[in-house]
Amino acid sequence: MLVKQKKSILSELYVLEIFKGLCITMKNMLFAKKVTIQYPEERRKYSERFRGQHYIKATNGVENCTACMLCPTVCPAECIHIEAGERPDKEKYPVKFEIDALRCCFCGMCEEACPKDAIKLSNIYEMSMTRREVWDKDFLLEQRGNK
Amino acid sequence: MSLFQIIFMIGQILILTLILIHNAPIMAWVERRGAALMQNRLGPNRIGPLGLFQSAADGIKFIFKEDQIPGHVSKFYYVLAPLVSLVPSFLTFAVIPYGSQIDLGGGQILKFQIADLNVGILFTLAIASLGVYGIIMSGWASNSKYAMMGSLRSSSQMISYELSMGLSLVGILMVFSSVKLGDIAAAQGQTLLQLGPIALPKWGIFIQPLGFLIFMTSVFAETNRLPFDLPEGESEIVAGYHLEYGSMKFAILQMAEYNNMLTGSGLLATLYFGGWQMLFPLGQIYSHLALSGMTADWVRVAFEIGSFTVKVLFFMWFFVWVRWTLPRFRYDQLMDLGWKVMLPLSLVNLFITAVMISYGVI
Ligand code: SF4
Ligand code: SF4
Repeated sequence: MLVKQKKSILSELYVLEIFKGLCITMKNMLFAKKVTIQYPEERRKYSERFRGQHYIKATNGVENCTACMLCPTVCPAECIHIEAGERPDKEKYPVKFEIDALRCCFCGMCEEACPKDAIKLSNIYEMSMTRREVWDKDFLLEQRGNK
Repeated sequence: MSLFQIIFMIGQILILTLILIHNAPIMAWVERRGAALMQNRLGPNRIGPLGLFQSAADGIKFIFKEDQIPGHVSKFYYVLAPLVSLVPSFLTFAVIPYGSQIDLGGGQILKFQIADLNVGILFTLAIASLGVYGIIMSGWASNSKYAMMGSLRSSSQMISYELSMGLSLVGILMVFSSVKLGDIAAAQGQTLLQLGPIALPKWGIFIQPLGFLIFMTSVFAETNRLPFDLPEGESEIVAGYHLEYGSMKFAILQMAEYNNMLTGSGLLATLYFGGWQMLFPLGQIYSHLALSGMTADWVRVAFEIGSFTVKVLFFMWFFVWVRWTLPRFRYDQLMDLGWKVMLPLSLVNLFITAVMISYGVI
């Protein structure tokens, strides 16, 4: 139900109310703390658990991944492509490991599924690029990790 | 007219035209920074000192953009419309005095006003109402529903508020019994009340407070500024009459709007805030300097131009300030305010003024 509010004559005249409003905006302009983060110099503080750009963890220069195919299976965006191969010592390893970043939704399921602690999501969030690149194995093997 | 006067006149015209051209980019910057600061942001502050060159960058961008003319518009009027709104916005400033005059002797007088027409304020009103044709034309020629709506709104709004604007002005004209803006500004130098050491000048706002409120509201409506920016109402009709415009033609429409604001501010300052009458400390400083001869005249005019500029800048800022304070009116509220509040109030104001004049109060 529409209830008509009782107002005093002064507030009905609006002039005083408008003046009050102007004071509020002026107060905000002069004294309020500005919330802008001036990006390249200042940065937003993200949580430690932020899910950003992927990398594959390596131990002694060899990737931890054994191409078990758990991550491409779990990935909801189906953006991980792995071709498995065998090393001379009969160990399985990924010959090709590609992530299509444009399809990835950064859900972190791959990281959760990995039994070898190989695929990881780092804190890096600046991933703009000028081409529709697919991250290949060399790129992913750069240790940009923090966890 | 001597040669010096002619050169002086041409110089005046050139300088004022330059100011009017640069008004839009500077105001765009003021508007953006002001808006940002009031919303607790910083606004464009990267290009140049304090982001001042942002507008220059915008201007360059406007010029180098492709000059697209949509296929569905009526080409001739579409191209003509920005010009039709730009030209009146330049013309109206011509009659506003920004300084008093200098007597060079021998009947030579330098007036710091481009044209001291004997129709004065009426010229401004007449030319300013031509500006609405540009808006209607742009909306109609765009052949788009939103643009059409915007221009329809604009025309009805302008007609509604021109009435109360004119009527509120009549009060001022009655008090100063002149339509020449130079005379009105000069007459405001008298003292209205002497309260001990403080002399209250005979400014329009002290004689016609109600008239000032009505006139100011009407100026806001006439210049399509918030809270009366229904012709552009972004949230309702996208961008209103300039929806189909791009590149420099859009910039010209914006320029016309900002120039109208400048004229409106100039009128507000001239009619109600003493025009070029010196502001508080300047007048005292001038009388303390005790100059004589030619120097005195030039210093006086410099002080007057400074005072006028400060007043105009205040109103320009006030436009921005109000824009980021008040929300937009609904259309029926706008019409209600215009016809049911502003028009009767301006008639009341007229009546009160007439009574006061006949009893010799003012
Ligand atoms: S973060 Fe999610 S979407 Fe991206 S690769 Fe891993 S599982 Fe796939
Ligand atoms: S889940 Fe881990 S070990 Fe398995 S393929 Fe993916 S990255 Fe390699």
